[in-house]
Amino acid sequence: MRSVDLVAVGASWGGLDASCRLLSSIPVPTPVPLVLVLHRARTSDAAMLATVLRRCCGQRAVEAEDKSPLEPGVVLVAPPDYHLLVEDGVVSLSTEAPVNFSRPSIDVAFDSAAQEYTTGLVAVLLTGTGRDGADGIRAVKRRGGRTLVQDPASAERGDMPGSALATGAVDDIGTPEELGAMLSAMLVSPQGEEG
Amino acid sequence: MPGDRQDREELEISLLLEGVYRHYGFDFRQYARASIRRRLWRRTYAEGLSTITGLLDRVLHDEEAMQRLLLDLSINVTSMFRDPTFFAAFRTKVVPYLRTFPFLRIWNAGCSTGEETYSLAIVLHEVGLLERTRIYATDINEAVLRSAADGVFPLAKMKEFTENYLAAGGTRSFSEYYVSAYDRAQLNRSLAENVVFAQHNLVSDRSFNEFHVIVCRNVMIYFDRALQDQVHGLFLDSLVPLGVLALGHKETVRHTAHAERYETVDEVERIYRRVR
Repeated sequence: MRSVDLVAVGASWGGLDASCRLLSSIPVPTPVPLVLVLHRARTSDAAMLATVLRRCCGQRAVEAEDKSPLEPGVVLVAPPDYHLLVEDGVVSLSTEAPVNFSRPSIDVAFDSAAQEYTTGLVAVLLTGTGRDGADGIRAVKRRGGRTLVQDPASAERGDMPGSALATGAVDDIGTPEELGAMLSAMLVSPQGEEG
Repeated sequence: MPGDRQDREELEISLLLEGVYRHYGFDFRQYARASIRRRLWRRTYAEGLSTITGLLDRVLHDEEAMQRLLLDLSINVTSMFRDPTFFAAFRTKVVPYLRTFPFLRIWNAGCSTGEETYSLAIVLHEVGLLERTRIYATDINEAVLRSAADGVFPLAKMKEFTENYLAAGGTRSFSEYYVSAYDRAQLNRSLAENVVFAQHNLVSDRSFNEFHVIVCRNVMIYFDRALQDQVHGLFLDSLVPLGVLALGHKETVRHTAHAERYETVDEVERIYRRVR
C-alpha cells in the first residue's frame, strides 16, 4: 500500500463538528502531518479554534504560522484571513484575494498540497455550503493522491461534498467516522505496524 | 518518486524566474514557491497562454507584459487598519517610546497600495506625532507606489476601513480623513505630507537609513526561509538600538537567524524591539 505523507482536511459550515469526529477517529497522535482548513470569519478568535479542537478530539491542533513546519502528531489549522499553502516541509501563508469567497480557501490548500505531495497526499472534504474544495479534490486526484469526501446525506450542509462528487474525482465517501476509519487503515504502514 | 518533486512545471517556473532575474534584475527566485506558482499561472491564463514557458517567452520579449507580471507578483489584497488589534497595540505600546524622540523615521517596507502607510499616518496624527515623523513607504513596484502616493481608494471599501479604524482605537470619525467623489474616496493630502514613497527592493537593495520603527507586515510571507533570514538581516542593519520591528499577525522573529537580537514587545501582535 502506498504510504501517506500528508493529510489535508477541508470543511465549512458544520465543519468544526465534522472535523472533530474525523480527527477523533484516527490515531492520536497522527503518524503523519495534518493540515486543516476550516472556513472562518475574518474576526474569528484564532486561539479559540485550536483549543476547541484539542479538547474535542485529543489531537495537537495548533494555529499555523507562516513557515510552520509540517510535523507528525501536529494538526496545523489555517488562521483566519490567510490562505494556507503547503510547501516542502512547511506551510506558507498568503493574503491573496479570497477564492470561492473564502480566505482560507480549501482549493488553495488542496492544490498546493497536491503539487507538493502528489501520491503521498490524502485529501478529506467535509460538510459545507458553496463549492470550495471541488477543484482542489480534482487537483489531488490528478496528481495521484487519494480523495475522501463526506457523504452529503450525512453532512450538515451537502453542497461542498456534492460539488466534489460531481467532479468524478472522489475515491470514497462516508460519515466522518467512516472516513476516519478509512484514513486510519491507510496510515498503517505496509509492515502492518502503526506509524 | 519519493523525495523527487521536480517535474516539468517546476522546471518551467525555475526557468522563468531565472529569465526574469537575468533580463530584468528582479529576483523572485527565493520567493515561496507555492504562491509564486499560483500567481504565475494566473498571469499565464490572463495573457491567454497555456504554459509557464509561454509566459517566459512573452515577458522576455515584451516589457509591458513584464510590468503586468510584476504587478501580479507584488500586489496584495489588503485593507486600512487590517488587524485592528495591531494598530491598537501600536498606540499603547509603541507610541510612548516614539514620544521620546524629537524626530522620527519610520520605514513601511512593502507598502503596496498604501493602506498600511496611511493607517500609520492617521495613528501618528491622532497622537500628535505625525509632524515630527518622516514615513518612508517603499515597494518594489513603481506603478503600485504611484497608486499609493495618490491616496485614492474605492469608495466601497470605506465601510470596511471605517470598521477597522474604530476597532483599532480611532478617536475621530473616519470620514474626516477622506472626501468622496463618484465611486472613489480621496484620502486627505495632509496625510501624505510626511510620507516619502520610494522604490526599494528588499531582496537586492541595501539599507538606506536607520529607523525607529520598521513595519513590514504580510510581505515576507511570500519569501522562503532563507530569504526571510536575509531580509531580517537587512532590517537589523536598519534599526536604531531599541528600534521596533512590527510583523504580520502570523509572522515572527523567533526561529529566524536574528531572534536573539530582539525582545518581545507584544507577542500576540508580533511587535519586537531590538536590544542587541
